[in-house]
Amino acid sequence: MSAVAMRMLRRWETLLVVLLIAFVVLGSFLSPYFLTASTFSNLTSNLMEKAIMALPLALIIIAGEIDLSVESMLGLGSALLGFMYALGWPLWIDIPLVLAVGAFGGFFNGMLVTRVGLPSLVVTLGTLALYRGLASVVLGPRSVSGWPEWFTNFGFGDVPGTVIPWPLVVFGVLAVAFLFVLHKTWIGRQIYAVGKNKEAARYSGIDVARLKTLLFVLSGTLSALAGVILTARLSSARADNGQGFVLDVVTSVLLGGVNIFGGEGTILGVVLAIFVIGVLRNGLTLADVSPDTQSVAVGALLILSVAGPTLVRRISAARPRRQLTKPVSNS
Amino acid sequence: MSVRAVDAPTTSTLARRIGLERTVTLVARLREVGILLVLLATVVVVGIQAPLFFSVSNFEQILLNVSLIAIVVVGQTTVVLTRNVDLSVGSVVGLVAFATGDLLKEHSLGVAGAIAVGCVLGIGLGALNGLIITVGRVPAIVATLGTLYVYRGIDFLIAGGKQVSAIDLPRSYLGIASSSVAGIPTLILAAAVIALVAAYLLRNSGIGRQLYAIGSNPAAAEVVGIPSQRLIFGSFVVCGLLAGVAGVLWGSRFGSVNALAASGLELQVIAAVVVGGVNIFGGSGTVIGAVLGAVLLATIQNALLILHLSEFWLLAIDGAVILLAVTADAAIRGYFQRILMRTGRR
Amino acid sequence: MRWRRGSQFATAGMAILALVACGGSSGGGGGTTPTLDIAFLPKAVNNPYFDVAASGGQEAATALSGKFKQVGPSEATGAAQIPFIQTLTQQNVNAIVVSADDPDAIAPALKQAMAKGIKVVGYDSSPAKDARNVFINQADSKGIGVVQVQMVCDEIPGCAGEIAVLSATSTATNQNAWIQAMKDELASNSKYSGLKLVKVAYGNDDPQTSTTEAQALLTSYPNLKGIISPTTVGISAAAQVLKQTGKAGKVQLTGLGTPNLMRAFVKDGTCKEFALWNVKDLGYLAYYTAALLVKGTIKGNPGEKFTAGRLGDYTIDSNGVVLLGPPFVFKADNIDQLNF
Repeated sequence: MSAVAMRMLRRWETLLVVLLIAFVVLGSFLSPYFLTASTFSNLTSNLMEKAIMALPLALIIIAGEIDLSVESMLGLGSALLGFMYALGWPLWIDIPLVLAVGAFGGFFNGMLVTRVGLPSLVVTLGTLALYRGLASVVLGPRSVSGWPEWFTNFGFGDVPGTVIPWPLVVFGVLAVAFLFVLHKTWIGRQIYAVGKNKEAARYSGIDVARLKTLLFVLSGTLSALAGVILTARLSSARADNGQGFVLDVVTSVLLGGVNIFGGEGTILGVVLAIFVIGVLRNGLTLADVSPDTQSVAVGALLILSVAGPTLVRRISAARPRRQLTKPVSNS
Repeated sequence: MSVRAVDAPTTSTLARRIGLERTVTLVARLREVGILLVLLATVVVVGIQAPLFFSVSNFEQILLNVSLIAIVVVGQTTVVLTRNVDLSVGSVVGLVAFATGDLLKEHSLGVAGAIAVGCVLGIGLGALNGLIITVGRVPAIVATLGTLYVYRGIDFLIAGGKQVSAIDLPRSYLGIASSSVAGIPTLILAAAVIALVAAYLLRNSGIGRQLYAIGSNPAAAEVVGIPSQRLIFGSFVVCGLLAGVAGVLWGSRFGSVNALAASGLELQVIAAVVVGGVNIFGGSGTVIGAVLGAVLLATIQNALLILHLSEFWLLAIDGAVILLAVTADAAIRGYFQRILMRTGRR
Repeated sequence: MRWRRGSQFATAGMAILALVACGGSSGGGGGTTPTLDIAFLPKAVNNPYFDVAASGGQEAATALSGKFKQVGPSEATGAAQIPFIQTLTQQNVNAIVVSADDPDAIAPALKQAMAKGIKVVGYDSSPAKDARNVFINQADSKGIGVVQVQMVCDEIPGCAGEIAVLSATSTATNQNAWIQAMKDELASNSKYSGLKLVKVAYGNDDPQTSTTEAQALLTSYPNLKGIISPTTVGISAAAQVLKQTGKAGKVQLTGLGTPNLMRAFVKDGTCKEFALWNVKDLGYLAYYTAALLVKGTIKGNPGEKFTAGRLGDYTIDSNGVVLLGPPFVFKADNIDQLNF
């Protein structure tokens, strides 16, 4: 079973790379402006907040849960940052406080899921509303601007001399860290184990509750960080920052090959999926296709990415005659 | 295929079914009464603070606001009972709403004709969802997340940045939302009828029982011979149809429709379903409960306005209500599961 | 083993992206070509007001033999406008004519465009002052606020009672300027001492949100005597709500709207009068100004004078603002005169 699964995984990332190449080619056909340096900078800078939130979400889904509240924690982070900054508190105090609140929010999610035993879909649906609501209470309808230049340059500008936006650097570091933890450490193995079979994992001595709570804390903290970065990019703290992000984030994770039921998925797949969607969207935007119309492509991509392999499997299973002499051992 | 004994507490196929069903019904009724009590408590508390709240016109306003969502909630409940979810309802409502409005504006199709087309469109969109899930074997949450995008995108393609305004729509159509039958506003009546019919069918028909069975134990349902795939497909068609009905009435209620209509509706609907006591993993809950959940959330919203509380508290309170409702549900369910486990082991 | 394969893919993927990043030129500056490639970026598409302005822009484009297109988000937020600005920058347009949802959020992107030589003209709602060359204001902001207060006073019997404002988004520059002018006028002019502004609600220029906000106003302020809605989407939503709840005539309505959308409501008394300006002319003037900037005829400096085709002569004031003209009040007796 695992040998087949591994083959499938490798095939999945191949597919994503193929898609990436295909969309780059498509993009360059659709618009002469596609293959320019600023394309890279533009398409990535708009993606980075979602990309940062996708990393812990991937881990959470692999562990068999889900976190829908990420976009609201982003909004709450942005609102709190703006609120504190408007009071005159300097950023080096504000930012760590915002991250702490994010951690606490994640902890709250984790507690409800592991200690009270509520389904994470519903808990995070509730906190999706609750955290966004708290953001509105904190900041109301106003927006806070007037940020220091280093802050807005960080959010919007590139590393001097390159086309790499600063947030991409942050994302890169995080992605490498997540890659390492998930695929190379025992924590990662525990996450997979819990996702595949929660009870078996518990019987083998894994503290499932603590692991899941940790993942939710991570998700909350990084969502708050995404809120800080978005505030920097927009030069504007608002309670509705990040509204609507959660769908794209979940799509990136699922398109990346993470199984919605848990137990399968790679960081590499998620990173590739983020860029596949980004390249597709940017190419279509340059061809003056509106973002909402692009959604047709993204939605179809999501469905096909899950339906495709299933149909392929069923078709190849419907060709049994010749294989019967050499049965492959499946579990 | 390994045939384990199915989970004792939640099966409805054992001989102890009769005792179990009565208990399940009791829990469901209790849950509905629970929401009703919370609703009444809210009304009384707010009414004391602001007598204005108690007026008939105010209650009418609340119910009017809830009527369209309630119709969608009925459809969503049908789906959720089978252990699935339909995230695309918002996009279906929006697409049908714009298509209906556009038909009325550009092509001068009669009002009845446009409504018929809208309903058929809703059925079609729901059927597509059903196909992707049953034939394509795509998990419902993924499939409907995808169709949420696709249907909304098609909506924007058709709309092309334009909107349908009140002046473009025939008076008779706009009049639907402000008309009444025997003193009750048409929209409220429509929602009530749909909810009651659905509640009756789900509780008293064989198909209804089968839907509950699929949700509470899909494997057992297959073993017993319930045509799960067909029924799940059917539930998505019903959900699409009801979302279509809401879409058709949308333009009448709001006067203007653009491609953004009903964005985010799906979360409101699922929140109502959850608050209404329907188990997100299927198998238990009632349509009446879900509709009451929607009414409760709308009442809280109205209360905030009347009390001049900052509407910015609304979302936070909604979130808190969802969390409270689910925690209470879990507590109740845990209690009853312990009881049932004891009876199951006798 | 799988790891090595995986890293091969990672390298392949990143290499492709690097190719995209480094390959090709980074695009020359705008304005080097003699053609006029000018794009309008309204607060949001789906808005009839901006469609009318766009028709004016198209008219100017035809008169000048230039190119015209309109792009924009479906939601009126600053964050949503940024990718469009970036795309237009990448496409090397000559000028961007923009109405800002959030003056600061789009400023960095606009400055990037300006650094590439693209001219930026604000219209309707101004971006941050240093992120545009010129701003075309439809009328004096104070004047727009004052006329709306005046109209609501005329409509309400006795000019006394509670009034509310149904605005667009909370960050829109123009909305905030007008609302502030209204507040100042209410406070300073004794003629309005009987009027009390109880709430400013935000409909976000979305018909649905505007409808629910209007309903909420009627519910939470049962003694409300008048609603001012300085946005076409808001005023038509409010009119619809007043009709549906039977409050038309009891609660007065005024604000800014387009004659076509409001005609029926004016004729049946739901909204006795409202104001606007010639929106088509606004678009025309904005395009023309942008074209003159691209051609180099004007530089955008305070004090410069220029002629904008059929509209005549204009001067740029000390803040880089050009005024279209005074607002126009529509009533039952003149509403049939204009068609937009």
